Amino acid sequence: MSEKHIIVINQLDKYFGDFHVLKNINLSVAAGEKIVICGPSGSGKSTLIRCINHLESHDGGDIIVDGIPLDDRVKNIDHIRSEVGMVFQQFNLFPHMTVLENCILAPVWVKGVPRPEAEALALQYLERVRIPDQADKYPGQLSGGQQQRVAIARSLCMQPRIMLFDEPTSALDPEMIKEVLEVMVDLAEQGMTMLCVTHEMGFARRVADRVIFMDEGEIIEENTPTSFFDNPQNNRTKLFLSQIIGD
Amino acid sequence: MQQIIKWSRKNLFATRMNTLLSLVSLWLIYVTIDGVASWAFINASFLGADKASCIANPHGACWPFVTAKLNQFIYGNYPAGEQWRVNIVFALGALGLGLLMTGCISFKKQLAVLMLTAYPVLTFILLSGGLLGLSYVETNQWGGLLVTLVIAVTGIVVSLPLGILLALGRRSELPIIRMMSVVFIEFWRGVPLITVLFMASVMLPLFLPEGMNFDALLRCLIGVSLFASAYMAEVIRGGLQAIPKGQYEAGKSIGLSYWKSMRLIILPQALVISIPGIVNTFIGLFKDTTLVMIVGIFDLLGIISFHFTDPNWTSPQVPITGFVFAGLVFWVFCFAMSYYSKSVERRFSVTGENK
Repeated sequence: MSEKHIIVINQLDKYFGDFHVLKNINLSVAAGEKIVICGPSGSGKSTLIRCINHLESHDGGDIIVDGIPLDDRVKNIDHIRSEVGMVFQQFNLFPHMTVLENCILAPVWVKGVPRPEAEALALQYLERVRIPDQADKYPGQLSGGQQQRVAIARSLCMQPRIMLFDEPTSALDPEMIKEVLEVMVDLAEQGMTMLCVTHEMGFARRVADRVIFMDEGEIIEENTPTSFFDNPQNNRTKLFLSQIIGD
Repeated sequence: MQQIIKWSRKNLFATRMNTLLSLVSLWLIYVTIDGVASWAFINASFLGADKASCIANPHGACWPFVTAKLNQFIYGNYPAGEQWRVNIVFALGALGLGLLMTGCISFKKQLAVLMLTAYPVLTFILLSGGLLGLSYVETNQWGGLLVTLVIAVTGIVVSLPLGILLALGRRSELPIIRMMSVVFIEFWRGVPLITVLFMASVMLPLFLPEGMNFDALLRCLIGVSLFASAYMAEVIRGGLQAIPKGQYEAGKSIGLSYWKSMRLIILPQALVISIPGIVNTFIGLFKDTTLVMIVGIFDLLGIISFHFTDPNWTSPQVPITGFVFAGLVFWVFCFAMSYYSKSVERRFSVTGENK
């Protein structure tokens, strides 16, 4: 395990009942690295990133995030969660709170940041995702793209070192995908460590340092975006890419 | 006038069937109002010190019975010289609730805390006495509306938090907590309230060690509260299940602990969804308090029926009038709860559209 690796995953195994969903996954992520994970549905890619902040528990192997081993100790889980932000396919904003309240909730209640300070920080991040003027609205009053950008801002408010994206644009109308991807590109350019499950290949080409292809719970291929897209090695990768591009 | 004719053409007499239904309905309304008015007002007796005037008006209500006994209906046998204590409790309760409901004050949170902590203590001291120079009033002297409200309010105030805990327990990932919650809920839900009250008042003292005994009203309060909690738990569990899994995951992913995420994210949404069910349970509980009559505690209905036997007031109309009066009082309280719950629902509407 090297010092510069912020996430180290060793021989990770996970089962859903009898179903072997993740098979012997090994993956190390350097600080600041951007990784795009793709693969057919049911390949275990979402499960993999959900293991990193322990939304799913794993059955074998080790996950070490920022030097902290992820085991069943609640203290470690809490610590890792405060360093790892996550953006969901369905946004999962809290509908009974305004945008601003969504953003300051965790800083105030988890980190104990004073409210005015948390609000200032939240406004700063809302500015960064380009919706500072919506702070007092409720999530239900925003478009899907706006909601997803709020969700990104909400995660950023905890000032995480790592951001996980679980198909952030899959629930969006096409014209809203762009505005969310732009925010993600900004974030990447500012040096955030990012793991992103997505089928947005343009985004992968532009931002990713590495593209990982998963199928049936295994990492089949990993490479730089250029080699991955232009010169895929594995037949399953070729098949998958032809289907994606065929769309 | 033109508009009235236009409106009734459109809404009352549009088709032949529509006209028929309208006429039948109007006739039913007329019959009901006519019957009620002639019984309650036209043929009723209003003044009198005993049954004489009621016997003279055999087809109408006997209101003098209610006015003559009103004091007992409200306070039971609470000593007349000490009834001011009850009045203070009533007044403070009404004032506190009123301020909380109208919602135009800045210290709402503090007031709510006060109402849930200081008010019950003060109520206990004032009502039972024996402290601060207040004379001791045994609970078997309490009665009427006082007892009804004490039981209902205690049941409501205890069953909501306990029900929340039980509902969370039933959905817990910890097997022992889950099992205990399930057993508790299914036990209390499976037993009729009358049985619970009988157990509390007749059986429990047999199991307690010799010489140890605690108050009959208190035993009923505990029984009613636990019984109501089981129902409340299931209502709230319904609300919890309606919250999407993503909300729990979002709470976890930003680092909130279980309790914080319940308190800040899940329960505020689940409770709002559950308001109709919660109020339904409250109303059911309020009316179920009349069952304590069975174990010799005189709630409002109990004390009213008790006074039917007063030889000064034996007239055929007395029981009918008494029951109607009891019904009216219960209806006023239940309707108030129902009406208030609607405004709460609007205020906390999750979508934010009505804010």
